[in-house]
Amino acid sequence: MNLFAAISTEPALWSPEWLPRLPQRLVEMLLGFLGAPEWLVSIAGFLVAAGTVVGVFLGGFALLSLIERKTLARIQNRIGPNRAGWFGILQPVADGIKMLTKEDIVPAKAEKFLHLLAPILIVVPAILALGVIPYGREWTPVSLELGLLFFFAVGSLTELSVFIAGWASGSKFPMLGAMRAISQMVSYELPLIISALGVVMVSGTLSLPLIVEQQGGFHLGFIPAWNLFTPWGFFAGILFFICSIAEANRCPFDLPEGESEIVAGHMTEYSGFKYALFFMGEYLGLFAISALGITLFLGGWQAPLPGLGFLPSWIWFFGKLAIVIFMFLWIRGTYPRVRIDQLMRFAWLCMIPMALLTLPAAGIWTILNRDGHGFLAWAITVPLLLIPCVIVTVIFNRRLASANRTYRFAE
Amino acid sequence: MISDSSMPYSAPTLAPGADDDQLLHVSLGPQHPSTHGVFRMNVVLDGETVVSLKPVFGYLHRNHEKIAEGVTYLSSMPYTDRLDYICPLSNNWAYAHAVEKLAGIEVPERAEYMRVILAELTRLINHTAFMGFILGDMGAWGSALMYAFRERELILDLFEDLTGARMMANFMRFGGCRNDLPAGWAEKCSVLVDDYGPFLDEMEKFLVGNEILLARCQDVGQLPKETLINGGITGPMLRAAGVNYDIRKAEPYGIYERFSFRIPLGDKGDCYDRIMIRFLEMRESLKILRQALDQLPEGEYVNPKAKIRGFKPPVGEAYARIEGPKGELGFHLISDGTVNPYRYRVRPPSFINLTLLEDMCLGLDLADVVIILGSIDIVLGEVDR
Repeated sequence: MNLFAAISTEPALWSPEWLPRLPQRLVEMLLGFLGAPEWLVSIAGFLVAAGTVVGVFLGGFALLSLIERKTLARIQNRIGPNRAGWFGILQPVADGIKMLTKEDIVPAKAEKFLHLLAPILIVVPAILALGVIPYGREWTPVSLELGLLFFFAVGSLTELSVFIAGWASGSKFPMLGAMRAISQMVSYELPLIISALGVVMVSGTLSLPLIVEQQGGFHLGFIPAWNLFTPWGFFAGILFFICSIAEANRCPFDLPEGESEIVAGHMTEYSGFKYALFFMGEYLGLFAISALGITLFLGGWQAPLPGLGFLPSWIWFFGKLAIVIFMFLWIRGTYPRVRIDQLMRFAWLCMIPMALLTLPAAGIWTILNRDGHGFLAWAITVPLLLIPCVIVTVIFNRRLASANRTYRFAE
Repeated sequence: MISDSSMPYSAPTLAPGADDDQLLHVSLGPQHPSTHGVFRMNVVLDGETVVSLKPVFGYLHRNHEKIAEGVTYLSSMPYTDRLDYICPLSNNWAYAHAVEKLAGIEVPERAEYMRVILAELTRLINHTAFMGFILGDMGAWGSALMYAFRERELILDLFEDLTGARMMANFMRFGGCRNDLPAGWAEKCSVLVDDYGPFLDEMEKFLVGNEILLARCQDVGQLPKETLINGGITGPMLRAAGVNYDIRKAEPYGIYERFSFRIPLGDKGDCYDRIMIRFLEMRESLKILRQALDQLPEGEYVNPKAKIRGFKPPVGEAYARIEGPKGELGFHLISDGTVNPYRYRVRPPSFINLTLLEDMCLGLDLADVVIILGSIDIVLGEVDR
């Protein structure tokens, strides 16, 4: 565990690259100036580093709640919130005040303590998971060697809190939502982790900053050497994206909430600030899973084109995050929801086999490229992945009844 | 994205002595996001599978039929707007048709054309809104609905120009309509009819090819033809199952014989067919509208001999029906020769189409129930009256 490795390097304090670390550096310098002991300085610096991440993503959560409503509104031929401030910029503030001042209702049949615990438990893992992501060249809040493992370990806590919420509400819709959530999350956790394993195989490390470092450089001078631009990485990246939609409970896999079916799923019996915490947990989870996908497949903070390195690296990271989040919003505005059995079948019959296939493909790709057979690597891995993909797609589409029905007309 | 294409119709019922502890009794509604109003279903679930489903209605009961017995014939006309509030003009026509049949009132030709135009516009409104609602039930919250409502607004603007009200039109009178078409109305309507086809093409392109929609709708909620006929189901639901029954053809009323249009018929009668049949019906409605607007004659818009004050139909009884957007909409009137009807009875398509809900839902998922309910296309104002 080289927990504090990233802090020890001596920076140029005011460079844009170091801007996100500035509060931490200032606090450390201040305490050092006041003659505080070493342990106090490092703990205080650590707290401020964590505070920076929480602050950035809480701001991001407020902004995203507005952007989501605006984007959906534009997709749906509406204007969206535009009353509070310019272009509705103060809408998150208004929402926050409303949430805080609403009555907090606990159902009579609820388990009071667990009912209170669940919304807290859903926010904490999301923040913990955000802590290990490398946001910039010099900005990894907690640089763990087993960062990926840590991410998945705390990420799966979310399921627990969703189930606690469903159970503790003492009501039927939350219970149905919780059962759906568990089955969905367990099914989609598998392909999610398996598709991330290929990256671990190729990189040979579980440390997220190192995984990003290895995606630096460019093929042919302009194609970024991101994992997405390899055959196995392309498939694994798409699988990861689909699974992350399911993990984040977003449309078309938003069954645990299932607004038109089970009202609001596990959140049905929550109101006021507890409901807002669920909302926050979902958005922070969305940030976390998108950030992990960017780290694993989209080169993290690496610039997308050569010669753009003069911009601070965290700008690239957040630019990519914005694009990925927009994809989530776009899909939400476009697709209807799938049914639970279709969702499960899709996970077990399509996602998991395809995710498993990316592992040998990643291995073959690495070994052949190491030995200098670049062309052979393409020639083997592309068919290895493409042919099963086509077969699976054809089988799935055949089991779907024909879309081209003909209709008779009576005169 | 899969669904078993060969799933036969089966209705598993709650076996006697089944372990009731394993079952979850859920009350869907009356405050539920997708029951299309204050409708309630008492559902028994085994996991997510529906074992039993009992519809409960009456939350919106407004004593419509009894009130109508206490007021004059014309006073009931505004009430008919509130039956199926998505398509008030069809209701107006059905009621006016029944009274005209009872009292033997002639309708001038221009009024007949106006009625056809308004009824077909209403059908467009209903089916367009249906597309939005059913996509909302599927979870595409708002996207399809907003585009459907954009087009609906254009038609409602036309209604506002003509009747003064966007929804509660109160427009038909016994022997014609309340007022004539304002200047330029037919031209505006004509432009709308021309623009509607491309909108339908666009909507169909986005909806019909969608894999999730196919997987959710195909082979969901089908019933054998015989069951549908025995259940008295009418309208697009019946035609989606392949039964050629459209009152515009089977028992032509108004001037529908003058127009050439076809009746689209489905095959399987699942939710997907019900969506597609409505798309095809809208295209046929556009044909009728085009012909009616081209042939629209000059003349009286209401029969000048028809009495408004002191209207007393002779003693007798009449049942008249039209093909409403949701199915057979009929009014049964019994007159005792006074100004009030002795008995006033509505045959609402929503209510009767809803009666087979349990048969369609048994053995399917909770998520399917919502789609099936959406595909029946009910309006609670009409179900409960």
